[in-house]
Amino acid sequence: MSDLIRVENLRIVARGDDDQEKTIVKNIEFSIPRGEVLALIGESGSGKTTIALALMRYARRGCHIDEGSIFLDDTDLMSLSQPALRSLRGRRISYVAQSAASSFNPSMRIMNQILESTQIHYSMSRKAAEAKAVDLFRVLALPNPETIGSRYPHQVSGGQLQRLMAAMAMITDPELIIFDEPTTALDVTTQIDVLRAFKQVVQERGITAVYVSHDLAVVAQMADQVVVLNNGEICEMGRTAQIINAPSDDYTKQLMAAAHPVLTGVAETNENDESLLSVKGLAAGYGKIRRDGRPAIPILQDINLSIKHGSTLGVIGESGSGKSTLALAIAGLLPSSAGIVKLADEVLPNRMELRSRDQLKRVQVVFQNADTALNPAHSVGRILARPLAFYHGMTKDASDKRVRELLDLVHLPPSIADQPCTRLSGGQKQRVNLARALAAEPDLILCDEVTSALDTVVATAILDLLKELQRELGISFMFISHDITTLRGVCDQVIVLYAGQKVEEGSRKNFAAPPFHPYTNLLINSVPELEQGWLDRKKHIRQTIPANADGQQLCGFLDRCSVRIEGKCDKQSPPWVALSEGSEVSCHLSGEELKRLQQHSLQTPTLKPASSNAEGG
Amino acid sequence: MKSLYRYLGITGLAGLALTLFWVLVSFVGPLIAPYSPGEIVNYDVFLPMSWEHLLGTDYLGRSVLSRVMDGARFTVGLAFAAALLASLLGTGLGLFSAVSGKALDESISRVMDALLSIPNKIFALVMIAALGSSIPILLLITAITYTPGVFRIARSLAVNINQMDYIQVARARGEGRIYLASVEVLPNMIHPMLTDFGLRFVYVVLLLSSLSFLGLGVQPPNADLGSLVRENMSGLWEGAPAIMAPAAAIISLTIGVNLFIDSLRSSR
Repeated sequence: MSDLIRVENLRIVARGDDDQEKTIVKNIEFSIPRGEVLALIGESGSGKTTIALALMRYARRGCHIDEGSIFLDDTDLMSLSQPALRSLRGRRISYVAQSAASSFNPSMRIMNQILESTQIHYSMSRKAAEAKAVDLFRVLALPNPETIGSRYPHQVSGGQLQRLMAAMAMITDPELIIFDEPTTALDVTTQIDVLRAFKQVVQERGITAVYVSHDLAVVAQMADQVVVLNNGEICEMGRTAQIINAPSDDYTKQLMAAAHPVLTGVAETNENDESLLSVKGLAAGYGKIRRDGRPAIPILQDINLSIKHGSTLGVIGESGSGKSTLALAIAGLLPSSAGIVKLADEVLPNRMELRSRDQLKRVQVVFQNADTALNPAHSVGRILARPLAFYHGMTKDASDKRVRELLDLVHLPPSIADQPCTRLSGGQKQRVNLARALAAEPDLILCDEVTSALDTVVATAILDLLKELQRELGISFMFISHDITTLRGVCDQVIVLYAGQKVEEGSRKNFAAPPFHPYTNLLINSVPELEQGWLDRKKHIRQTIPANADGQQLCGFLDRCSVRIEGKCDKQSPPWVALSEGSEVSCHLSGEELKRLQQHSLQTPTLKPASSNAEGG
Repeated sequence: MKSLYRYLGITGLAGLALTLFWVLVSFVGPLIAPYSPGEIVNYDVFLPMSWEHLLGTDYLGRSVLSRVMDGARFTVGLAFAAALLASLLGTGLGLFSAVSGKALDESISRVMDALLSIPNKIFALVMIAALGSSIPILLLITAITYTPGVFRIARSLAVNINQMDYIQVARARGEGRIYLASVEVLPNMIHPMLTDFGLRFVYVVLLLSSLSFLGLGVQPPNADLGSLVRENMSGLWEGAPAIMAPAAAIISLTIGVNLFIDSLRSSR
């Protein structure tokens, strides 16, 4: 096979504010044979997107390609003029960006945007292009392929938008498509559909592609070749099977280890049945409170949960399931419309303005995005000192000492206290974010997706830190995440939310093997495994056609449930069933039935050698 | 110097130089002026430029150079004070409005909208007609005229910052409104507000100059740049530097500040 694209000795530099040139990537050499998929993998800042963009001879503002050659067939892109490059981009090479939501123009119909590149390059008539687009929509498994193009971007879901963006890239039949983290912003349940659609077109049309990702498990499904990047240099490259089964480089091994959090980290819950936080019948939402006491846009309904002293409760669900709303309602930032939140023996008022300073102190929230949760105008020391002064009335000297202790607790050097928080890395910011919550000396910390924005290696370190803090200080956590592997690693109890309702509750052990609630089953089975051919084996996970039922008392998951009972599930609300294994689910099916249905999709042990059906995986 | 050049660019540097020049003139101008601004130095009026009178003489035979140097003091000083007052008032109200409850926020905003809807020159004319023209009145009127504009910008900035997670964290901690406004929100809006101050300053210069041009601004025997243009109007037909010089002064001051502020904005 001949190589479609060949990169030689590529070096890209950036010019900083101080006029110093800084090398972002160097010594990059690889080639992709026609019809193969190459994955660029690495943490954020490793230069993977920079390299991907360089394949179009494009460098972001402030950067430029310093040396090296990029051959497409036999043309060196570095020798082309700007007009020649323009006619190449979008026609022979196209790009699928990470966030489809921000890549579409919200005021244009989707079809017009998809056809743009055919019109720029005059490659075909509008009619032919439209027919081709509809064809692509069909291949990409989009619903209503004939009409979806006439919608606006906000009228389709995130996963659909990502596929539409792929259609946009493919409309000109490019020889090379660059996928830049196309599924990172999606829920696992959506990701699996998108991956499947991508894989199918890539195989059917023999497309050569570059797949940029930080997720080894996803890459294992998509790529033939893997290039592992670290700090702008290639640290290992090879066939996918070789990289995931027998990595030789230390950094690759570290990445692999981070992809498999150890499940046995948590100290078994001390048999202390006293619950610290108990929530009964909690409901919350946004908008005006209507006359019947429900908000205009209800989000959470009838949530019951309890957290024991020194234990961790995990909350899982897709985006929009109400996880963050739950944290806000417990913290009182969003007044609940019904229900009781009890901390130890005290009932907490539903809005934080009515809570006493002591009550506020005992429940702290750590927000998802440390970039926005730390005031960029303040230094680390000032951020940490404020809760000390506010809750504990500490003087300057005492708080300086305590700040150093806190920094030590989260494994940061004391010298960092004088730095503005904008100078810190993502992981350091999240540690400061955590330290601020600890400064209050709370009983309970609500962690809202604290690891989602971080690289796997950094996220693992943060999770270890949480466990350590729990062991040493006996703090209870409510840990919100969309990632079931993370939850199984740190939580004692887990509840599953779907569309604002709790559908399952159980201990960590209950989430290792069936029976699960059908939704939990879908979640667990949608998490990609680090094993080639996994995607092909998961053929049975399909989105189900919505059922024709409306009414709020029914099971919220009804529309997507693959095992629903017609005539029962769309008529009655599901009961709470205690399963013999200890967890509780809200479902019409019994534990035995669930177990039988889910047995065939049982988690196989990971890190198995590539199975026979994995060719080309 | 090189880094300053990188930061501001060539236009920004030119703007900075012009701005600094006028600030310097307004401070030391009266000290180094060749004549006293009121002194009649020649019996010929509207003389052209010469070594004796660098910018010629005005309609009474006074030294134009000395009068421009003296006038710049009024224009720059008054405009600076008025713009500062408007910025402080507008930022303070905007911040207060953003962290207050809905009712208070609405009422402050609507009052500001009402003020904003009055054309500023008409407003100034009416106020001066009613109260007479003096330096404090001019200062107050220009400040009031430009406060609503500052308020709008400050409030929208503060409302945006108020949505940030770090404000939520502080609110969850139980912090009061004053702490939120002054410690958490304010430091993050200082930079854009400074930029806004510079632009406001330019508007104020133009408003004060036009008021003076109408004869309602700084009153004789004092004169700011606007009044200098007005009193030498009749020299226009002779092309006398007496009218060109103060006009050029206003132009270079406003363009200079504008260029400087613009380069600050784009370099961020």
